[in-house]
Amino acid sequence: MTYLAKPKLLRADAPRNTLGYTRRDYEGAISTLCAGCGHDSISAAVVQACFDLDIEPHKVAKLSGIGCSSKTPDYFLGASHGFNTTHGRMPSVLTGAALANRDLIYMGVSGDGDSASIGIGQFAHAMRRGVNMTYIVENNGVYGLTKGQFSATADKGSKSKRGVVNNDTPIDLVALALQLGASYVARSFSGDKEQLIPLIKGALRHRGPAFIDVISPCVTFNNHAGSTKSYDYVREHNDAVNRLDVILPRDQINTSYAPGELRRIVQHDGSILHLRKLDTDYDPSDRVGAMNHLQERHALGEIVTGLLYVDSSAEELHRHLNTVEKPLNQLGDAYLCPGSKALEALNAALR
Amino acid sequence: MSATQAIQSANDFVIKFANVNGSGSASANELFARAIMRMGVPVAPRNIFPSNIQGMPTWYEMRVSGAGWLGRRGGCDLMVAMNPQTWDRDIAEIEAGGYLFYDSTKSLPRSRFREDITVLGIPLTEICNREYSDPRQRQLFKNIMYVGALTALLGMDFAVVEKLIADQYRGKDKLIGANVNALKLGYDHAQANLACPIGLRVERLNGVGDKIFINGNDACGLGAVYGGATVAAWYPITPSTSVIESFGNYCRKYRTDPDNGMARYAIVQAEDELASIGMVIGAAWNGARAFTATSGPGISLMQEFFGLAYFAEVPVVVFDVQRGGPSTGMPTRTQQSDLISCAYASHGDTKHVLLFPEDPYECFTLGAQAFDLAERLQTPVFVMLDLDIGMNDRLSRPFEWDDQRRYDRGKVMSAEQLDAGKTFGRYLDVDGDGIPWRTIPGTHPTKGAFFSRGTTRNAYAKYSEAGTDYVYNMERLRHKFETAKKLMPAPVVQRASLPSRFGAIYYGSTSPAMAEAFTLLEAQGVHVDIMRVRGFPFAAEVIDFIDEHDQVFVVEQNESGQLRMLLINEGEVDPKRLIRVLHYDGTPITARFISGRIADALSEHKVTPIRKQVAI
Repeated sequence: MTYLAKPKLLRADAPRNTLGYTRRDYEGAISTLCAGCGHDSISAAVVQACFDLDIEPHKVAKLSGIGCSSKTPDYFLGASHGFNTTHGRMPSVLTGAALANRDLIYMGVSGDGDSASIGIGQFAHAMRRGVNMTYIVENNGVYGLTKGQFSATADKGSKSKRGVVNNDTPIDLVALALQLGASYVARSFSGDKEQLIPLIKGALRHRGPAFIDVISPCVTFNNHAGSTKSYDYVREHNDAVNRLDVILPRDQINTSYAPGELRRIVQHDGSILHLRKLDTDYDPSDRVGAMNHLQERHALGEIVTGLLYVDSSAEELHRHLNTVEKPLNQLGDAYLCPGSKALEALNAALR
Repeated sequence: MSATQAIQSANDFVIKFANVNGSGSASANELFARAIMRMGVPVAPRNIFPSNIQGMPTWYEMRVSGAGWLGRRGGCDLMVAMNPQTWDRDIAEIEAGGYLFYDSTKSLPRSRFREDITVLGIPLTEICNREYSDPRQRQLFKNIMYVGALTALLGMDFAVVEKLIADQYRGKDKLIGANVNALKLGYDHAQANLACPIGLRVERLNGVGDKIFINGNDACGLGAVYGGATVAAWYPITPSTSVIESFGNYCRKYRTDPDNGMARYAIVQAEDELASIGMVIGAAWNGARAFTATSGPGISLMQEFFGLAYFAEVPVVVFDVQRGGPSTGMPTRTQQSDLISCAYASHGDTKHVLLFPEDPYECFTLGAQAFDLAERLQTPVFVMLDLDIGMNDRLSRPFEWDDQRRYDRGKVMSAEQLDAGKTFGRYLDVDGDGIPWRTIPGTHPTKGAFFSRGTTRNAYAKYSEAGTDYVYNMERLRHKFETAKKLMPAPVVQRASLPSRFGAIYYGSTSPAMAEAFTLLEAQGVHVDIMRVRGFPFAAEVIDFIDEHDQVFVVEQNESGQLRMLLINEGEVDPKRLIRVLHYDGTPITARFISGRIADALSEHKVTPIRKQVAI
């Protein structure tokens, strides 16, 4: 939006997390997206989530594909390594990075064109492979950089800015992620940071593929009447099943809940997901139930949001491959090279 | 047999086995090849196989060469005709005076044979049906039985084959006995009913020495283990699949943590070639040595990613086992037809490093070295082998490794260097060699992080669409490519016995045929200096070699003369001075073909062989 540099001055009383970092330490370059773009709110939510979780910025690797959404990793976590890859192929690059060093936190940022159109194959396979990552799709139903074409998540019957009606059936990435084995699946709205920040925090502390579909209106090309991805439409049709609080082991729990109102899920690292139920019948541990619920509500024009599914005992790719605990990129020559003696024995066996 | 003289030859002939795919013949044929090598006689076998699992014709061509020529010779002196489907063409292929071995259980009319060959029949099916009741055993032991018969026919030592079987099935005594029994049935029947030995004989020799017998794909997999690769991502494709299978096997053997059985490697079978190269790029960006193996169609699919790796300067290694293409069929035949698509892979002014191994030994050494080169140069490196080297077992120098050798991880800036205030600009040429420094994600809490992109950034990896930043980067990359020339493996030159105005350049699997052609030409008094190119960009010696000669033959196994194109384009050589010698029918090139083409071309140039001049 603006190319003005941020002031370097930092208020002396700026809040610091337990590592001593301020929120500023989690910010990145100035965004070049349009004023009011939903994506900038998501970047701000990522900053807040990482600040709250006391994540060391350099322990995060952020990867993206191509598109407006994929530009955003430059706008948060400036002290993290980032990789703006090719269109639709972030999942494979992220998978490879995760193989090389299991100790970092991997954040994949993508868009609806990047993940549901050109990259749907890689999206699907990264989910089913169990890559340990937080995968955020900034979903606006439209191609922004090429000026307003429908993407594969655009709802049937929704209207483009020029008045063209979309006749193709939409792809619901949440439904796909559920079917393909993602072990943390959520949907949120960029205009609801109270909901979004905890969902990102829960994902970052989750082991296994965590997927968040964030409806993020495109103010320039998809925020008009007739669009189902506009601020107004999403506010009116947001059907949240629950509200999440992420409780770290260090935190004291002060809030009290009425019986039956809360669901408590302990993740592998000791963090606790507190889910306040908004829909009392909704069960986030029931994968099939979640899929049915989504379909039913979608047919009514509603957008189901919240933490839709979580399996805190899920395993991830490194466990499947039985790789050593030490990151592969830190194994020295002695651990990798079998040496000349082994080679002599092998030569003898090949004669 | 008519007046045609039966071929008489010791340790210099070609046997071809015509089999049905999936009948278990491959292991029997390989056993026979190994038996000949155990007698100290070099053998070069080649599998000619269809795109099929069971039922289609397959051939196993075995060149026995006491002189040690490992290239394909062409022609066939003894046909082991075990496939009725291909009978007529197999019979037709036998050299005049050659031999036919067949299963004589079912009698065939005289018209199905030839008058100018020696026919050797054994009722293999009949013996098998008598000896065995299980259909699978009948099939498998029929193969071993013809190995036994051939052992007698070629005058070989029965004990050698018997010992080989014992070595191969060590610990499975039941199998040893059964196989030796089948071998003996064939051997005895031949001794009793046929004139053994025939004109073709295997005689003990000391021609194998300490050589090993392995295929190039296995050697590449081993090279990747020794080269320190920890991440492999791939998609199955003939003829490259066994590179990864071999990497996996050697990893299980050498890279399993002895304390807890955990893997010091990760292998992922991706959903397609795009994902496999994507994973390799991600792993390499994150500091692991990573590679993929593929073939032509995979190279096509990876094009966009190669550009990203090139411009983001990520050190990836790609083994390209070349074949004919596209689709199915020719892909199980050999070619050297991916040079251009690899050398200039992707969009937007890219140029890549290629290595050309000639045999399994170099598949191992260059395969391991590829990882050092990739990290030193921070760029993709392609190891260009082909089906002929990759999928055929080949006698090869034994592998060597220097335990003092350390991996060259290239310019990776550490947290200590960053703390010491060393300037870090991801795409900044601080050393004057075009190679920038990189940091691995997670290195330092506040310094050295950067955002990787394609080309839209300045030397400090900050977003920039400025033309000057783009030009700086492109000029640095050109400079880096110049640096690469100095790191390429040197070409190998063999000079003719007399000074010559003519040269020949070749690479990869053409090597054994070229070495033999050189000798054939010398014997004809035709003198040509030969140079084997081992890498691209071309070392300075390659262009010097061309400059030294009036004309240079460029011998390769593709239709368009791809190495020649690279020489013209990169060496600025006058195209008229580079004469194409091209072989591309899917069979490996032969010495006969090369020497014939060169001799013909030189006679057109009115070059009189030295010997003829002397004779006048």
